Amino acid sequence: MAASVAVENLNPKVLKCEYAVRGEIVIHAQRLQQQLQTQPGSLPFDEILYCNIGNPQSLGQQPVTFFREVLALCDHPCLLEKEETKSLFSADAISRAKQILSSIPGRATGAYSHSQGIKGLRDAIAAGIASRDGFPANADDIFLTDGASPGVHMMMQLLIRNEKDGILCPIPQYPLYSASIALHGGALVPYYLDEKTGWGLEISDLKKQLEDARSKGIDVRALVVINPGNPTGQVLAEDNQCDIVKFCKNEGLVLLADEVYQENIYVDNKKFSSFKKIARSMGYGEDDLPLVSFQSVSKGYYGECGKRGGYMEITGFSAPVREQIYKISSVNLCSNITGQILASLVMNPPKVGDESYASYKAEKDGILQSLARRAKALEDAFNNLEGFSCNKAEGAMYLFPQILLPQKAIEAAKAAKKAPDAFYALRLLESTGIVVVPGSGFGQVPGTWHIRCTILPQEDKIPAVITRFKAFHEAFMAEYRD
Amino acid sequence: MARKPLDYEELNENVKKVQYAVRGELYLRASELQKEGKKIIFTNVGNPHALGQKPLTFPRQVVALCQAPFLLDDPNVGLIFPADAIARAKHYLAMAPGGLGAYSDSRGIPGIRKEVADFIQRRDGYPSDPELIYLTDGASKGIMQILNTIIRNERDGILVPVPQYPLYSATISLFGGSLVPYYLEEEANWGLDFVNIRQSVAEARSKGITVRAMVIINPGNPTGQCLSEANIKELLQFCYHENLVLLADEVYQQNIYQDERPFISARKVLFDIGLPLSREVQLVSFHTVSKGYWGECGQRGGYFEMTNLPPKTVDEMYKVASIQLSPNVPGQIFMGVMVNPPKPGDISYLKFATESKSILESLRRRARMMTDGFNSCRNVTCNFTEGAMYSFPQIQLPPRAIEAAKRAGKAPDVFYCLKLLEATGISTVPGSGFGQKEGVFHLRTTILPAEEDFPAILSSFKNFNDSFMREYEGYSRM
Repeated sequence: MAASVAVENLNPKVLKCEYAVRGEIVIHAQRLQQQLQTQPGSLPFDEILYCNIGNPQSLGQQPVTFFREVLALCDHPCLLEKEETKSLFSADAISRAKQILSSIPGRATGAYSHSQGIKGLRDAIAAGIASRDGFPANADDIFLTDGASPGVHMMMQLLIRNEKDGILCPIPQYPLYSASIALHGGALVPYYLDEKTGWGLEISDLKKQLEDARSKGIDVRALVVINPGNPTGQVLAEDNQCDIVKFCKNEGLVLLADEVYQENIYVDNKKFSSFKKIARSMGYGEDDLPLVSFQSVSKGYYGECGKRGGYMEITGFSAPVREQIYKISSVNLCSNITGQILASLVMNPPKVGDESYASYKAEKDGILQSLARRAKALEDAFNNLEGFSCNKAEGAMYLFPQILLPQKAIEAAKAAKKAPDAFYALRLLESTGIVVVPGSGFGQVPGTWHIRCTILPQEDKIPAVITRFKAFHEAFMAEYRD
Repeated sequence: MARKPLDYEELNENVKKVQYAVRGELYLRASELQKEGKKIIFTNVGNPHALGQKPLTFPRQVVALCQAPFLLDDPNVGLIFPADAIARAKHYLAMAPGGLGAYSDSRGIPGIRKEVADFIQRRDGYPSDPELIYLTDGASKGIMQILNTIIRNERDGILVPVPQYPLYSATISLFGGSLVPYYLEEEANWGLDFVNIRQSVAEARSKGITVRAMVIINPGNPTGQCLSEANIKELLQFCYHENLVLLADEVYQQNIYQDERPFISARKVLFDIGLPLSREVQLVSFHTVSKGYWGECGQRGGYFEMTNLPPKTVDEMYKVASIQLSPNVPGQIFMGVMVNPPKPGDISYLKFATESKSILESLRRRARMMTDGFNSCRNVTCNFTEGAMYSFPQIQLPPRAIEAAKRAGKAPDVFYCLKLLEATGISTVPGSGFGQKEGVFHLRTTILPAEEDFPAILSSFKNFNDSFMREYEGYSRM
């Protein structure tokens, strides 16, 4: 008898969705890593270097001490009653933990909270947003989630009714969006970022894609913008952002602003402005523009991926719709409390005058400056490889070089039944242990090939990474050069 | 003016259909009253720490040390943390390269999944494969993931017990499937009725529904009944013959308040039955750190274990898990400590065992007190809470009360629960939130308020119920 739950009768939307960041290459890398453990010396490298995923602390980045102090005290509040605690923790971490605990009903960090997250923490986040943007933010607009990803899924669930509902997504994009749209049975409407102009966003292209989709009977409901970009790393210019806001307003689209890399900016001539700030600066009020802004504790200089902390700030939605969002949040009861606390710390870090400020600032600057140096070193290294052209990483955590693959390589890939960039990435892995994600996982102009590589290996490993990569590429080109 | 995408009318219909009473109307009203200054006793959700239950000490020590590993380097750390907590923190940090701040394997840290497998083996006497155990941000996320994988369209049906924990009905609505109800027998202590189950399946099939899976909640929520070994055997045989995957929600397995029917996992019974069922019946089992005597709801730690699922299906589960990147790492560590607690001889064992025992014994006493308390009230009958965390008394509402409810535009049990809330501050969930037979009304409360508050709460309820019944049972003077 055919088993009830076999691949043939699974939800086709599940079967359809893909997520390359932890896809085939990564699974192969894990197998090779096992092999290195069981048969040391059997491969031409000693370690697997995971450059496929924005997971800073897995590659040696240290957490911010102040944040961990506060979290540890909240995890085990009994510590606050012990004299010895004062010698192990900074005074402002102790007072922040006390303040946070007093805002949690019953001081119970093990209890389900309000489904939007603990009110006191949302107040702190709203204050942080207001201080960042210069425009007020409301705790009731904030929904704390287990990372930013569940918030994205919730919005897709809300917006997508059937396969004719479309969501405009940048190409290349972080494949959570394509996966989520597939999972919810909608249509991805691509708009292409322009590689030649540093991954610029042209409103004329947006409009063209939108009209194209509509002519095919697609009801386009929202526009996803990732700023700073992933995998592309560009930071949008303010006038570009204004055009995007106007576009959404005129076309009646919800603006889904993925701003998780807001603290990762590596160039002096660009700064981060939230879409909320831009919209308010243009005079668009609360009711004028439906906007969802996503933030996470996983990126920035804090890199706390494993905590699964994040929020979405929802503005410009009617009360009945907000009730629906609340209702869906309540089915999962609440997000994890540690992540909630961390989100409030990220949006309200130590200030000038606080005991921990100096060490906090040193840690933050150290990490961000190092990221900027690594971004530059890898960008230069890639641009020195034959057939590689790599745009600058203005922000985020990735480089996305284009590779002009020789025709012979493309044919070899075809024979191996792989996309050419996947073929390249697999060969790179097998020769060097370096794991990157093929560009086809993010989307690219057809006929062009890319890889996404993070800038996250520790700075002292970067020269070795560059050397190994270079050696591999030269050998690859020697083998396949036309 | 053109319709905007996030106008209410333009939302996904499935979202609009979702109901989740546990945090629905009663809870929202209770929250409003609380803001106005009224003292509210929240018994709407199984949230032990919110009602004063203290966290177990050992896991909190372990996670705090993992959270702030610089403590481990401090020579004074031994003054405020016991040596075994320190050792255990090092044990988990060694398993998690990058510590608590890195995404782990999307299925959860392999070393912790191994601890879960070892726990399952000790509990059941059969080996368990860590590769088939996935850690999740709470059991709810795992349940939603599995149901999302099974439900293709509105013709896919899932057998769900009535009364049920409304995560199931909400999730089935959200994913556009069909809920196929099977009624538990209140007069037989919420027992299973296979005649009813077979009827439900036949009826569903006659409407063109493909019944794909069967949910059992053991111990039950809201009903608390503990399934016997014979029950589970019969369920597994039923699933085998009807080609259903069994979804065994076993999150309350630590909460057992009688000795006649100790907890036995569906997996153990399956392997006890032996071939061919043990190799053929598909089973997914769920567990959590939120319940038991742990009550660590806020950590969002859970797992599901897959039995007899084909490798390609498991691959799809892995793919979907990877989109979410990883479950939260502190929650995973709580799960590790729960399945691998301090042992006799460990420094922290005595304290851990004392704390655990005290909570469980108190829950057992409170289960009895609450059942007896409800049974002493007019027009209220209540089955004993054999397990889990809830009491689900039946309230025989007088016809005049039902009419008054109708006039107020409310379901009768909602009407009763709102009046109870306004009079006493006790916030419950009306039985309609869980499903019940037509014309029969219940409410769900938890047994979680502090033991010393029970006499006051029960007498407050009794007084309210007496005056409610007086008001609506009396005959009007003509």
